[in-house]
Formats: sequence, structure tokens, C-alpha cells
Amino acid sequence: MDFTIAAIITIVGLTTPILLAGLGELVVEKSGVLNLGVEGLMLVGAISGFGVTVFTFNPWAGVLGAAVGGALASLIFAVLVLQLNSNQVATGLALTIFGTGVSSLIGVNFTGRIVAPFGSIFPDALARDPFWKLFFGYSPIVYFAIIMVFVVGWFLKRTRAGLILRAVGENDLSAHSIGYSVIRVRYMAIAFGGAMAGIGGAYFSLVITPMWAEKMTAGRGWIALALVVFAGWRTGRLLAGAYFFGILMALELYAKAAGFSFLPSQFWAAMPYAMTVVALAIISSRGTAGASAPACLGKPFTPST
Amino acid sequence: MTARLELKGITKRFPGVLANDRVGFAVQPGEIHALLGENGAGKSTLVKMIYGIMQPDEGQILWNGAPLQVANPKAARKLGIGMVFQHFSLFDALTVLENIALGMDAAIPARALEAKIRAVMTQYGLMLDPSRVVSTLSVGERQRIEIVRALLLNPKLLIMDEPTSVLTPQEVEQLFIVLRKLAAEGCSILYISHKLHEIKALCDTATILRGGKLVDTCDPKVETSRSMAEKMIGGSLKDIKRDGRSLGAPKLVVQGLSLPADGPFGTALRDISFSVRAGEIFGVAGVAGNGQNALLLALSGEEPTARAAVTVNGTQVGHMTARDRRGQGVSSVPEERNGHAAVPVFTLADNAILTARDRLGMVNRGLLDAKAARTYAGEVIEAFSVKATGPGAMAESLSGGNLQKYIMGREILQKPQVLVVSQPTWGVDAGAAAAIHQALVDLAAEGSAIVVISQDLDELLALCDTLAVINGGRLSAPMAVADAKIDEIGLLMGGIHGETAHAV
Repeated sequence: MDFTIAAIITIVGLTTPILLAGLGELVVEKSGVLNLGVEGLMLVGAISGFGVTVFTFNPWAGVLGAAVGGALASLIFAVLVLQLNSNQVATGLALTIFGTGVSSLIGVNFTGRIVAPFGSIFPDALARDPFWKLFFGYSPIVYFAIIMVFVVGWFLKRTRAGLILRAVGENDLSAHSIGYSVIRVRYMAIAFGGAMAGIGGAYFSLVITPMWAEKMTAGRGWIALALVVFAGWRTGRLLAGAYFFGILMALELYAKAAGFSFLPSQFWAAMPYAMTVVALAIISSRGTAGASAPACLGKPFTPST
Repeated sequence: MTARLELKGITKRFPGVLANDRVGFAVQPGEIHALLGENGAGKSTLVKMIYGIMQPDEGQILWNGAPLQVANPKAARKLGIGMVFQHFSLFDALTVLENIALGMDAAIPARALEAKIRAVMTQYGLMLDPSRVVSTLSVGERQRIEIVRALLLNPKLLIMDEPTSVLTPQEVEQLFIVLRKLAAEGCSILYISHKLHEIKALCDTATILRGGKLVDTCDPKVETSRSMAEKMIGGSLKDIKRDGRSLGAPKLVVQGLSLPADGPFGTALRDISFSVRAGEIFGVAGVAGNGQNALLLALSGEEPTARAAVTVNGTQVGHMTARDRRGQGVSSVPEERNGHAAVPVFTLADNAILTARDRLGMVNRGLLDAKAARTYAGEVIEAFSVKATGPGAMAESLSGGNLQKYIMGREILQKPQVLVVSQPTWGVDAGAAAAIHQALVDLAAEGSAIVVISQDLDELLALCDTLAVINGGRLSAPMAVADAKIDEIGLLMGGIHGETAHAV
């Protein structure tokens, strides 16, 4: 029992950052933009969140700072791809390199410092109880991520703004001709995606290890990208997929701890990435991925006047 | 009685073109008014000004007798002017309801909107399921979405831009019933078309435009189709000369041709068989998206098939690539001119090299013979009266009709044994269309076998000896055009109605 509870708590922790970043990217892609810079945005969020927390001693301010940092970094991408029609794939990759570099640069001043971990805000009686910590022992970011799954799902499916966002991603020219501002919708989607990736990154620097380390997101931004495809651009499946990847990542830790010797730990470490490839292959061979992907994904918007 | 809409001296200039030159006419309440003219006659420009997409340079628009400025489409809709476009602005992955909601200027709760939609549909007998995803609908059903969207605004004037170009004859009949009912209730309809028999059947008045000028306003019930056509093109109509052709032995034999669907929205070809004799023009009719593209690719060799599926002059060519099939005398002209049939940023001479290099010896020891290419491009321009500055002109600088004439000429002058063409006169004016039709008939007279894939049934009936209908990737039994019945063809085109896109 104790082991199961500990394992679940580990899995929830591993899942939260990719769930947050994946939700943000899902909204971005639904608007027809492919932002491959998620990994960079997460790093920017990790350092902004950490930096703000160091100065304010307030992790809530830190999370807000991470969201703002991620959103600002993503707006650089937005200006390039929306205003200057640069190639989205190349620009996204550049954003990752930029995010990695700029976070390391800022992080030099923060190396070696630590902050209080942004843990549970519930009373210790619940948060540290051997059983109830299963529900109350998490950082507020964890609950935020799960609530956002439903908020984003509701927004996309039930609100007019969500409908317009999907319309822009499906057929930008038609949306333009009906009279919606494709560029404005995409700016907002990209900024939202940046903010969510930023909070996902802050989960590393404020919760998992309350300190700054270069490249501390360790490629999770790429898993978040794969997760969106894996989920077929649906929020419910994104939640399930995030936990599936969380379990795979937890296996690595437990295999190491249990001293499994018949397979090297690198094998387990590679599992989430290998599963990403397998999942994508299966989905695309069934031909369903093409049907659910936003039709304008990755294409620049060029209205003829 | 005050006219619902009156135009007075409307003039619109574009750089180098006078799109509308002092055009004036009036539409009465409840009148179905045809706007007739060739491509480029200025019909679209005119209605865009009525709908507020463009502003006139000179002239006046009167609405119920009062002068009017239509600032934008939103303002037009507010006045009660609705428009159904030729190219639908729909979102394939969204439902009918979502599509209609997106087109409304005010946010209406989904449930209230659905009730309104159902009310309009019952009133006009339009069948449509609001929860269906658009990608699963037929073209006719998609058009109904646009019509419902326009009707929800209680229009006083409905503009229909070439509404029937993609419909089956039965769908056209249904559309006319709706339009007549609307007119009877007092809604004016401005009906843009170049299909004369439809205008005769539907419209009360016809305004004919040519080269941006008003030629005549007449009563289509009194005029003949021929007299209106001659006003429209400003000259006498040439009939296709098609005598003196004798059919020889089968040249192209297609046997059990199947091809898997290309992508989730593609159509698979299933067990298609037909044969075309020397000197025969074989027509493939059908509503868009029923496998026409796949059929063209399978015949041209862009999509290799089973070896025995396609035979040319007794040689099995099914497994061959497009280039190898050209070596066997097969030429093809796909539907999309820019980017498929021709490279827009290449010169006409370079575009000639793409398909004629082997047959006309434009390659010498691996090097291109630019002179031969230029000479051949010049011949094509000359023979097909292509309006271009010369063989060095970029393909993209030509108008649609001229580029089409060039591409058709490029293939026809190579004297192919078998020619497969898709939509040979799509977006081409009547003069150029007649020239292309005559060239096809002349090629057949020299003993080539020709396959024409077209959505324009009138074109196929005028041009072909034999006709078959493609629906859901299957081809009907061929029938001689001489004793084909329009009703029967229409039913075949409708086929498994509304399920064509995802039938597996």
C-alpha cells in the first residue's frame, strides 16, 4: 500500500509538467500553428519562476513570473511566424535553442541558490498523512494542471471563442473571409501556449528540485509535443496520454532503485521516447491522425487581397 | 413600385482594366434576376460591390429607392442582402451547426440556433442534419449550409454566384424549388450563371454583361439560348464540327482498375473497367470528389497500378511511371493548372520540356535543347492562339484560360495515342472553350483515344461519343451519348447520396 501511494505520487509529479506544456501546445496547434519551441519555453519558465521566487520569497509570484516569461518568449516566435511569415518548424527549433541559451545565461546568477519547495498548501494533517497525502500532498500546480484540462476542453468545445480558434486552425482563409482576425487569434493562442509551457517548466525549478540547473527540463518539452499528436488533439486523451508517459518515466526511476540488472537503466530512460515513436507510427498508420489534425497546422497564413 | 435594388452608372476600374463600365439595372421585389456573362465579363466585381466587398469608383446603388453605401459585408447582411458564394467558405472538420454559428454576426446559444436552423429547413424543405461533420457531406449538401446560413438572416435580396456548377441535375431541381418559394415570398434573387437553359427555366429577367459593359436586359423566357449566348460572347456561336470520324479498334483498355484512397478524405477506385476506341471521345461524368483525381493519376501513371489494369495498343502499361507511359503515347492534363499541369514560375518553353522532352527530342546527351523547346512552345502558342508575350513568358503570367489553352496544346501537338484530360474548360471563357473542344475533336479524328473527365455535364454531352458516371470510386456502365437520358445520368451522379466522401 505504501509503495503504491509513493509510486502514484511520483507518477503525478512526472506527469504534471508535460500535461501543462501539452495543453498549451494543443491550443496553439488547434489555432493552426506548430510551435516546436516548447522545450525552450519550459526552460525560460523554469528560470523566470525560480528568479522571481528568489527575489519575492513568494512561489505564487514565481509561478506567475514563469507564465509571463514563457508568454513573452513565445511572442518572439509569434512575431516571426505571424508577422514575418517565417517557417514555423525552423523558428520553433530556433526558439528552443534560444530558450536553452537565455535560461543558462540568466541562470548563472542563480546557480547554487535554493528556495523553499512549492509544496502542498493543505494542513499537514492531510498533506503528510500516509494515506491522505495521495489527494492532498501535491503542489497547487498539480491541481491547476488537472483543472486546466477541463477548462481547455470546455473552452474549445463549448465557447464561441473556442469555436473561432478551431475554425482559424481548420481553414484560415475561410475564417478570414467571414471576418475573423486570424493573426490576433493565433497571437493569443501562442501566448497561452507559452504561459502554460512556462508554468510546466517552473514545476521543475520550484517543486521537483527547488533550485536552478541548466537544461533541467531534460527534453520533456519534446515529449509534450509528441503527446499532443498522441492525444489526437483532444484534451481527454491528452490527460490519459500524459499519465501513460508519466508511468513510463517512473519505470526508469524504479528500475534504477530496484537494481534491475537484466536491462540497463538507459533502456528505461529511453522508453518514453521510444514509445513516442511507436505511438506515432501506430496512429498514423491507422490514418486517423490526419483526420483529426487541424488542417492548417504549420502553414503560414497568406490572405490574397 | 420601387425597385428593391437599383444600380445606376456603376463603374469600377482596376489597374489596366475597366471591370465595370457604367452598368445599370434594377431588381424588383420577388424577382429572380439573372446576371449573365462570360468569365471576366465583370459579374463578380459587380456583386462584390453590392455585397460591400468592394466600393464602386462611380455610380450609385439604390436600396428601396434610397441611395446606399455598403461599407462591408456585415453592413450588407444587416440590410438584408445575403450571398451564397461559388467557393464555399466552410470548415471541413466542424459540424454543420458550428459552421453556421461561425457565419452569424451575433453570438447565438447553440440550442436556440439549432431550433432556428430546423425552422428554416422545414419551411423551405432543405434536408440537413446540423450535427453532421462537413467533410462527410456531398457538395450539394455543403451548398445547403451556405443557403441556410443566408436564409437565417431573413434576406430581402439573395445573391447566388454560379450555384449549380457543382450540382447534379436533381440537386439543381431542388435548389430551384427553394429559390422559387423564396421569390414568391417577396425575396429578390440575383442569380449569376452562364448556363442558359437554367436561366430560361428559372429567371424573370436577364441582364447580360460583356467586357464590363451592359449589353442587354431581356426576358429569358422569350429569348432562345442561342440568342442569349451570342449576346454574351458578342459574336456568332460556333458549333463543334464532329463529322467524318470513324471509330477503330480499342486503344485504351482499363480492366479491373483499383487504387487505395489517398489520405482520409480521398476516394479509392474500385474495380473500374472501360475501353476507348481509336477516334472515340469517352466522357467521365460525376460530382467532384468521387474519384476523378485518382482516376486521372492512375491513367497518367502518376500512381502506378496493377500491370494488367491499363493497356495501351495491346501493351500492358499499368505498372509504368508517367514518363514511361508517355513513351507509349499516353498524355494527360490534370485539373489543376498551376502547380500540377504546369510549373507557375517556369517559362512556357521550360514547361514544354517537362512533358515533351522525350517524344520531341529536347534532350541531347543529357543536356536540354533550349532552342527546340522554344520552337515547340512557339508552335503551341501559334496553333492555339495563346495570349502570351512568347515562349519566354512565365506560366503564372498567363490568364487561366490562356494557360489552359497552352497546356492542352502542349499535349495535343505531340499527337498522343491516348489523351486523358480533367476539366479541360474549367474557368475558361466560351471562345477558348470552343477552341479546346474543337482541338479535342480534331485529335480524335486523327485516330487518338480521348478520355474527358468533367463535372460539366453539358460539356460532356456536347463533346463525347460515350459516357460513364463515376461515383464513390466506381464507374457506371458506359452509355452512348446519343441515347443517354439526363435523368438517368443525374441519378447515377447522386449515387449513394451524401456518403461518397467516406465510403470505404
